[in-house]
Amino acid sequence: MARPSSGVVRPDRALPGAPPPEAIRPVLTDIFQEFAQQIGPSTVGGLVIGSIYALVALGYTMVYGVLRLINFAHSEIFMIGTFATLFVLSLVDLPGPLSGFALIGMLLLLFVVAMAASGGSAILLELLAYRPLRKNNAPRLAALISAIGASLFLQELFALVVIPKVFGLPGRVDAAVPRVMDRDTVFTVFGTSVKTDQLVIVVAAVIMMVALDQLVSRTRIGRGIRATAQDPEAAVLMGVNIDTIVRLTFLLGGAMAGVAGVLYALEFENIRYNIGFLLGIKAFTAAVLGGIGNIRGALVGGVALGLVENWGAIFFGSQWKDVIAFVILVVVLLFRPTGILGESLQQARA
Amino acid sequence: MGRKRTVIALAALLAGALALSACGGGGGGGASGGGSDANTIKIGFMGDLTGENSGIVIPPRNGAKMAIDAYNATNPPKKIELVEYDSQGTPDQAVPLVTKAIQQDKIVGLIGPAFSGESKAADPVLEQGQIPSISPSATNPGLAQNGWKYFHRVVAADSAQGPALADFLVTAKSPKTAFVISDDQEYSVGLADAVEKQLKAKGVTVDRDQFAQAASDYSSSVAKIKAANPDVIFFGGYYSQGGRLLKQIRDAGVTALFATGDGSLDTGLIKGAGEQAAEGAIVGCPCAVPGATAAQGTLKEFYDKYKSTFNVEPAVYSTEGYDAATAFIKAVQAGNTTPDTINTFLATLSFAGVAKPVKFQPDGDVESTDIFVHEVKGGKIELLGNSKDAKLG
Repeated sequence: MARPSSGVVRPDRALPGAPPPEAIRPVLTDIFQEFAQQIGPSTVGGLVIGSIYALVALGYTMVYGVLRLINFAHSEIFMIGTFATLFVLSLVDLPGPLSGFALIGMLLLLFVVAMAASGGSAILLELLAYRPLRKNNAPRLAALISAIGASLFLQELFALVVIPKVFGLPGRVDAAVPRVMDRDTVFTVFGTSVKTDQLVIVVAAVIMMVALDQLVSRTRIGRGIRATAQDPEAAVLMGVNIDTIVRLTFLLGGAMAGVAGVLYALEFENIRYNIGFLLGIKAFTAAVLGGIGNIRGALVGGVALGLVENWGAIFFGSQWKDVIAFVILVVVLLFRPTGILGESLQQARA
Repeated sequence: MGRKRTVIALAALLAGALALSACGGGGGGGASGGGSDANTIKIGFMGDLTGENSGIVIPPRNGAKMAIDAYNATNPPKKIELVEYDSQGTPDQAVPLVTKAIQQDKIVGLIGPAFSGESKAADPVLEQGQIPSISPSATNPGLAQNGWKYFHRVVAADSAQGPALADFLVTAKSPKTAFVISDDQEYSVGLADAVEKQLKAKGVTVDRDQFAQAASDYSSSVAKIKAANPDVIFFGGYYSQGGRLLKQIRDAGVTALFATGDGSLDTGLIKGAGEQAAEGAIVGCPCAVPGATAAQGTLKEFYDKYKSTFNVEPAVYSTEGYDAATAFIKAVQAGNTTPDTINTFLATLSFAGVAKPVKFQPDGDVESTDIFVHEVKGGKIELLGNSKDAKLG
């Protein structure tokens, strides 16, 4: 049921400097007041989830750029990253939340393990679910169905086998991740405090994305990826090994999803077998919003989606979050059919 | 070459199909092995037995199993077989399962479905098949208002739980402002609405928000709660969402009392939120969950037997599952073995259940409307007592 957002006038909560509620127009004042109170934490929350969307979106966008394939199983690659985090944490037996160098060391360890787990799974996925189809020149639709099948397979594999056997937990309920970092206020902007975990997530996500962007636009490997995206046949003639490039693309996209998995697990501390489903849809939306096939577009799309969702929730209530996200997507695509940044992987600067 | 591949593919398909059907036989019909000999009648149990919210369905299943095993151990002329149906708590799985239970397994009664949403979809099928049902845990008020003749429940509806919990919060905390939040499931919205209405009636200013069931980032809701700065927070919904929400609320530095209803009465709430964040949370329920220390009398007896049988402590609705099974057992003991005679018997049945008297009203609701309050203390859910006279420590 649709319910408008809370709309109770509470004069005693007026911000200093804001006009008294009985002044000009009570309703407008009220909306303004509500907005002013919520905008800070909503923005921070939106940036945090938006960074995670963006990291996952990279995998969708790169695979699409190279293969013109929507890799629906990518959401499960992300899920594998969250469980890799839990796996490491269950081995090391944390004494409690870490700080300083211990925290940085732990984060690096988690990133490496999760990137290896997710990247490895992505390569395996490509090898088992997509390559045989590609070798036989199967229609693109077949690969799409294979992707959906792989997604369901991985979810059930975790629910029925991996989580009960490896972690000894019930397969379909939330698994709790122990706390790795304290949530201390690092600094305060406009009355909104930014906590350690939030800062770490945004910074880590930005570093990862800049690194990937540089890799694709500056290195030999990156040139191979761009060449394949532009024209696979010409790339082969130019001596690019397509199979290697495709494998690399899956590896890089998977590794980014692994990082996203670590950040997600550390922030929300509850993970489960189907955690990638909704987040995957949102990340895919972010990829399309930013311009699918475009690496910087994934960043823009992810952050934009996270922010718009949370801002929209201020006015309409959190139950409208998902609707808002897709309305924005449709509106953007109406005016810019190729997404916000539009341009795709192949046209990136050489 | 092409021919050979086709053959291999066919063989693989066939093997897969065989394996699948073997699994299906093992999973679905496992409990019904033994078949329909003349001295056994079948009672079904339906609910989310393996899914996300199975933590509140396994305990009533255990309770029912305990009652029926004890009955069968007396070597009665008619034994009862408990057939389990795992609906995953969803309406679209409950309906075909109910049809299967009626037509194929020929059950004479059903304990369940456990949740309100699936009950709403499955109960009309039971009504049409004229099979009496007793739900241990479906609390949506609307279920009793359909004129169904075969529907019963041994638990008070949300229409009783909501106001009782709101009254308890008002007495215990005398709040000026409250924040009521829920996810978008039928049960959750119903309970949250009931609490909101009663709080407003008592003069409390109420803010409201709602999030999607599948969401796990609640930052926008948390921002609203922070902005509203309420004295108490009430969450309508199940424990997996409740645990995540409570963790994010406490992480944001909000310390207001967190109260919730029966759907969150599970240690999953504490696991999801973390022990520290969950401390002091209030959990109401039309059920009473006997703990090791607080239980006395029949509750203590139940606690001991349950603990020794299943090697876990009784949890939410375990006593209700037991009472629902007892109602069917009493019907069978009185010589009723067809769905219709059992249903007629249930209309006049009256006995002392584990935590409260069981007597059904004509609409299927149980007469007792007692609501019990529990508090999270040191990582455990402890019974505080009846909401009318329970006190916060």
